[in-house]
Amino acid sequence: MIERTKVILLAALVVIFAASRFSSHIGPYYYDITLSIGINVILAVSLNLVNGYTGQFSLGHAGFMSVGAYAAACFTTFLTGFLHLLSPLGNFVSTSVFFGLALFAGGLAAGITGLLVGIPSLRLKGDYLAIVTLGFGEIIKVIIENVDALGGARGLSVDAGYTNLFWVYAMAAITIYVVLNLVNSTYGRGFLTVRDDEIAAEAMGINTTKYKVLAFSLAAFFAGIAGGLYAHFKQYINPEGFGFLRSVDIVTMVILGGMGSTAGVTIGAIVLTILPEWLRAVADNPALPHWLAGLMANRMIPYSLLLIIMMLARPQGLFGGVRLKRKTA
Amino acid sequence: MSEPLLDLRDVTVQFGGLKAVSAFNFSINHRELAGLIGPNGAGKTTIFNLITGVYRPTSGAILFEGKSVGGKKPYLITKRGIARTFQNIRLFASMTVFDNVRAAFNMHLRHGISHALWRGKGLRTEEVHIEREAGELLEIFHLEQFRDAACTSLCYGDQRRLEIVRALATHPKLILLDEPAAGMNPTEKTELMELIRFVQKKFEIAVLLVEHDMRVVMGICQRIAVLDYGIKIAEGPANEIKHNEAVIRAYLGVDDEAPSPT
Repeated sequence: MIERTKVILLAALVVIFAASRFSSHIGPYYYDITLSIGINVILAVSLNLVNGYTGQFSLGHAGFMSVGAYAAACFTTFLTGFLHLLSPLGNFVSTSVFFGLALFAGGLAAGITGLLVGIPSLRLKGDYLAIVTLGFGEIIKVIIENVDALGGARGLSVDAGYTNLFWVYAMAAITIYVVLNLVNSTYGRGFLTVRDDEIAAEAMGINTTKYKVLAFSLAAFFAGIAGGLYAHFKQYINPEGFGFLRSVDIVTMVILGGMGSTAGVTIGAIVLTILPEWLRAVADNPALPHWLAGLMANRMIPYSLLLIIMMLARPQGLFGGVRLKRKTA
Repeated sequence: MSEPLLDLRDVTVQFGGLKAVSAFNFSINHRELAGLIGPNGAGKTTIFNLITGVYRPTSGAILFEGKSVGGKKPYLITKRGIARTFQNIRLFASMTVFDNVRAAFNMHLRHGISHALWRGKGLRTEEVHIEREAGELLEIFHLEQFRDAACTSLCYGDQRRLEIVRALATHPKLILLDEPAAGMNPTEKTELMELIRFVQKKFEIAVLLVEHDMRVVMGICQRIAVLDYGIKIAEGPANEIKHNEAVIRAYLGVDDEAPSPT
C-alpha cells in the first residue's frame, strides 16, 4: 500500500513526463520562460525552508546555486568518460543517469558548502546573518572569477544541454514534496519551533543549532540542483549571473509569496518570473496610449511599482497565513 | 536515604561584581513537590536558569540523578529529564494547540531526517503514536476542544496549562514551573493548585515551583526554600516557613514594634 503523498508525487511525475513530450510544440520563447519558472520554483521553495520555516535570513542563495551550477557543469564536461561507460544502457537511459548524477553532485557540492558556511555563521541572527550570507555569495563569485579552469570571469560554456521540461519540473516536484514532508512531520516541526521561539525550543529538547544548519544545508542542496539545471539549460554560466541581485530576486519571491507557505512561494516564483515578461508584452501593445507606452518601455519601473503595491496590499505575502513576528528577546 | 533527584551544591553565580546567587544548597527528591520563594530580585529565576542551562554556575555543582548538568546546553538538560515552563508564556505562536504539544515529542523521535524527507513507514507509525499520546495529554487537561485552534487564541489560563502540557510531553522526571500563578485571579489560582497537585500525582514526577504567590506555594509545597539577595535564608515545610523570623523580615521588613505575621 503506497501512501497518499507518494501517490501524488508519482502522479505529478507521470503528468510532467507526459507534458514534456509536447514541449516541442511550445515556442522557444515560452519554453524558455517555462523552464525559468521551474528553476525559480526550486530556488524559492528551498530558500523558504531557511527564510520562511526556520525564520533565519539568508541572502546568499544565488551563491549556493552557482556552486551547484559549476559543480554539475564540471561533472558533465570533465567526466564524459563515465557517460561512455554507461552507453551500453542505451542513449536515453545513459544520459538520464549521467545527468541525474551530475545534478546530485551539484546539489551535494552546494549542500556541503551550505554546511561549511552554516556552522559558523548560524550563531548570528537576523540582519547579521543576512550580511554574512551576502558576503559569502560575493566570496563565491570572486573565487570563481579567479579560477581559470572554470573560465574565470569569461564564464563557462556547457556543451551538454540536458535540461528539459521533464528534469526541471520533476526536480521542482521532488523539492516541494520533500519540503512539505519535512515541515509536516514531528521532525520538521523543529524548524518551526526555531522560528517561533528559540528559547522555548531548546527547553523542549530541540537542538536549535542543528536545525538551523540542517535547514541551511538542505536549502543549499536544492539550490545546487537548481544551479545544475540552469547550467545545462542556458549552456553558459558566468559568475556575474549569480550575484547579489539574483539572491534578492529569490528572497523577493519568498516574501511576496508568503514566508512559511510552500504554496505561496511557488506562486510567488511563478508570478515574479512571468511578470517582467508580461510587462514586455504590454509595452509592445500598439493600443497603449503614447505616454503610457513610454513608461512601460522601461518595464522595470512598473515592475517595481507592482511589487510595492503588492507588498502594501498584502504585507504577509500572497499566501502568508503565518504571522510574522520579530523577536525582541 | 536514597540519592536526591536534583542536587544543588554550593551553587554560586556571579555577574560581574554582583553575586546573584551565592552558595545555594538545595535538593529535590523523586516525586517531591518543592517550592522556591523570595522577594523580587532575590534570584529565583536565576536559579531556574542555572538548573535549565541558560546560565553556567560560577562555582558549585548541579547534579541530576547523580550526574552533573551544570552549564550543559538547555536542550541536553531537557533530554536528561528536566522540563520547564516560562514566567512570560513562550508557546510556539504560529502553531496550533495540537502542534505545540506534538513539537515537544521531537527529541524522542527514533526516526531521523531520512524518514522525514521520504515519509518512511517507520516515521508514519511513530507519528500516529505521537498523535495519540498528544491527544491524550490534551484530553487530560481539558484542552482537546481547542486542538486545532491557534495557541495564541487561548485565554491566559489555558495558555499556561498548554505550556505545562507541552513540558509534560517531553516525559520529564522533574518539571520546573516559573511563576505559574502570575497574572491569575484567585479562582484561577485555586484551579492551578489543584492542577499542579494532579500533575505531580498523575505523572509521578517531581515539581519545583518558583512562585511569588504565598497562598499557592504554602498550599501545595511539601518543602520550601526561601531566597533573599541570592542567599537561602530558610528551608522547611510550609508551617515552619510561615513563622520563620528571617522570612518575615525579608518579606515585610522589620518595624520597631513587633511585627505580626500574616
